[in-house]
Amino acid sequence: MSHPKAATEFLKDQANSQWHDETLWMIRDKRDASSKSIPEWEELRNLASEIKDNVLSNLDKYLEQFEAQALKNGIKVHWAKDAKEHNEIVLTILQEKNCEAIVKSKSILTEECHLNPYLEKQGIEVVDTDLGERIVQFLHQPPSHIVMPAIHLKKRDISALFHEKLQTEKGNEDPTYLTNAARLHLREKFLGAKVAITGVNFGIAETGEFLVCTNEGNADMGVHLADTHIACMGIEKIIPRRKDLGVFLRILARSATGQPITNYSSHFRSPAKGKEIHLVLVDNGRTRQLAREKFKNSLKCIRCGACMNTCPIYRRSGGFSYGSTVPGPIGSILSPGLDMKKYSTLPFASTLCGSCSDVCPVKINIHEQLYEWRQEITKHHGAVGKGLSMKLASGIFKSPLAYQFSGSLMRKVIKSLPKSVIYNPLNIWGKSRDLPKAPKESFQDWYKRNRHE
Amino acid sequence: MSSREEILNSIRGIQKENKALPDIPNFQLEGDLVALFKSAIQANKGEILGKKEFENWIASTNFQHIISCSEAFHTYATQELPDDAHQLDHLELAILEVQFGVAENGAMWLDDSQLPHRALPFITEHLVLILSEENLVSNMHQAYDRIGSDHSGFGLFIAGPSKTADIEQSLVIGAHGAKSLRVVLL
Repeated sequence: MSHPKAATEFLKDQANSQWHDETLWMIRDKRDASSKSIPEWEELRNLASEIKDNVLSNLDKYLEQFEAQALKNGIKVHWAKDAKEHNEIVLTILQEKNCEAIVKSKSILTEECHLNPYLEKQGIEVVDTDLGERIVQFLHQPPSHIVMPAIHLKKRDISALFHEKLQTEKGNEDPTYLTNAARLHLREKFLGAKVAITGVNFGIAETGEFLVCTNEGNADMGVHLADTHIACMGIEKIIPRRKDLGVFLRILARSATGQPITNYSSHFRSPAKGKEIHLVLVDNGRTRQLAREKFKNSLKCIRCGACMNTCPIYRRSGGFSYGSTVPGPIGSILSPGLDMKKYSTLPFASTLCGSCSDVCPVKINIHEQLYEWRQEITKHHGAVGKGLSMKLASGIFKSPLAYQFSGSLMRKVIKSLPKSVIYNPLNIWGKSRDLPKAPKESFQDWYKRNRHE
Repeated sequence: MSSREEILNSIRGIQKENKALPDIPNFQLEGDLVALFKSAIQANKGEILGKKEFENWIASTNFQHIISCSEAFHTYATQELPDDAHQLDHLELAILEVQFGVAENGAMWLDDSQLPHRALPFITEHLVLILSEENLVSNMHQAYDRIGSDHSGFGLFIAGPSKTADIEQSLVIGAHGAKSLRVVLL
C-alpha cells in the first residue's frame, strides 16, 4: 500500500480526520509551552544530541560495558541479531518457565519484531497492558502513534468495543467509566501473569541498569507481580552515564506530551529476591543503519513522537497510512533502511517543512534525511509520475523564448481550461486543489509598462 | 560466531569519527523550591497536605486495609506486610517515605530501602508519600547528583497518580496504579 492511497482512506471520514489533526496540534502546543518553561531548553537539546553522538561513535564499547555491569547485577543478557532471533529467545524463556500467558507493556521494538503474532501462534496469550495498546489489540490493529496508540479512535468506537469485549454498558462513552472497566479487566491479568515483558527507554552503560517510563504504571504492575521480567531493548538505547538521565528525563516527556516528566520512571538494576530479569539486546538492522553515514543519526531517536504531532502530513493522514511500525517523519527515515522498496513512498510523505527537525529533542536532521532518502530511492527505483513533467519544465526554463511563449499560453489556457481536465480521476493533483487565477499579463510586461512611472 | 560477536564486530567494522562526551553544566532553577514543588505536584494531579490536613483526611476515610512504612505514621497501619505482593490486591492505602523530591517536576525518589515490595506504590488504591521540605532539590541534574552512585536493585521516580489519556485524549486518573497521590510535606 502506498502512502497517498492509505491517506485517502483516512481522509474519507472528514470529521475524524479533522479531530485527529487538531488534537495532535494541541499536543504540539503543550510541548511548546512546556519546553519554553526551561530557559536552557536549547542547551539540553544540544547536550542530548552530543551524548547520543558519543554513543553512536562508541557503541561497541558501551554495549560491552553495559553487558558486563548488567551481568554483575544478576541480569541475564541475551543478544539477537534480528527479529526472528529476538522472538525465539523470548519464546525459549517462556517455555522454560512453562508460561502460557504474559502481560506486556509498551514496546515499539516488540511491534517491530512482530512478537505478539509469533507468540500467539505458539499458543501463548499475550495481553498488552497499556490502555491504548489494549484497545488496538482488541481490534487486531497495530498502534497508530508510538506514544498514543489509539489516537485514531473515538470514544464511541471504544465504548462499542468494550461493550463487546468487557461487557460495559451499551452506549456509555464516559472515558472514566471505560478506563475503570479496563483497569478491572487488566488487574486480573496482572495478578495471574508469571512473566512480564517491557520495552526499555534507556540503558545505562556505567551501571547496567535500564529505565522504563510510563504514566499508567502498567509496566511496574506487570513486572513486580511476575516472577520473570523480560526487557527488550534496541542496541541504540544505550547512554553512557547515570547523570545523562538528568538531560534525557527533562526532555522526553516534555517533547512527547508536554508533561514535565512521566508519572513513573523506573530504574531496574537487579532482580528482587527470588526473581529473574532477562534483557534482550536487539540489532535488527540497527548496525546497518549505523554504517550509513547520511542516515545513522536516525538512531539517536528517543521515541517521544514530537515529530509526528507537529507533522502536517502525519496529522492529516494518520499513523496507519505509513504502513510501518514507527509512523511519521522519524518512521519515514528509519523504515527505508529496513526495506527500501516496501517503504519507498514514505520519504515523499513530507512537505520538507523541517518542523520535525525543529522539535526533535535530540536534534535529528529528519527533514534533510527525508530529502536524502528521496534521492536514494529515485536512484534505485527511478522517478515516478512527475518525471516527464519535470523534464518538460526543465526545457522551458532553459530557453527564454520558450519561457515567454509558454507563460502567455498558460495565462490564456488557465482561464479557458474546462474543469473536467483538472478535476478528473486521472489527475491526482486536482484532488483538493484549485488552479490559481491567471494574471492578465506577465510580470515582464507589467514592468515594461510601469518602469517610467 | 555468536550473535553477540556478530553485532559487536559489525559495529567495530564501521568507520566512526570519535565524538566527545559533553560535560553537563550545573543548571539551576530560579525561585522558591517549596512553592515550585507544590505547583508541580498539583499540575501532575497530585495533592499536597500538611501533617494536620493529612491526619484530618485519614480520619475522614474509612479504610480497612492500610500499610504504613513510615515511622512517623506507623500507627495508621491496619496490617503487616504480607510475604507475597499478590496479597496486596485489596490494599486501600500505602504510606511510604521518599528520599527526596524534585521542585521542577514534582518527581520523588524511592528505592528498595523504602519499598519492602516493589509493587507496593502501584498496587495500592491510594498512595501517600511523606517528604521533608529539607529534602527538595531543584531539577533532575541535582536529583542524579544526589542519587550519586547509590546501589539499589530498583529505584523509582513517582511524580503523580497513575493516569491515562488514551481514550480521546480525556485525562483519567487511576489507570492501573494508585488512583490518587497525596504528598505530606513536613
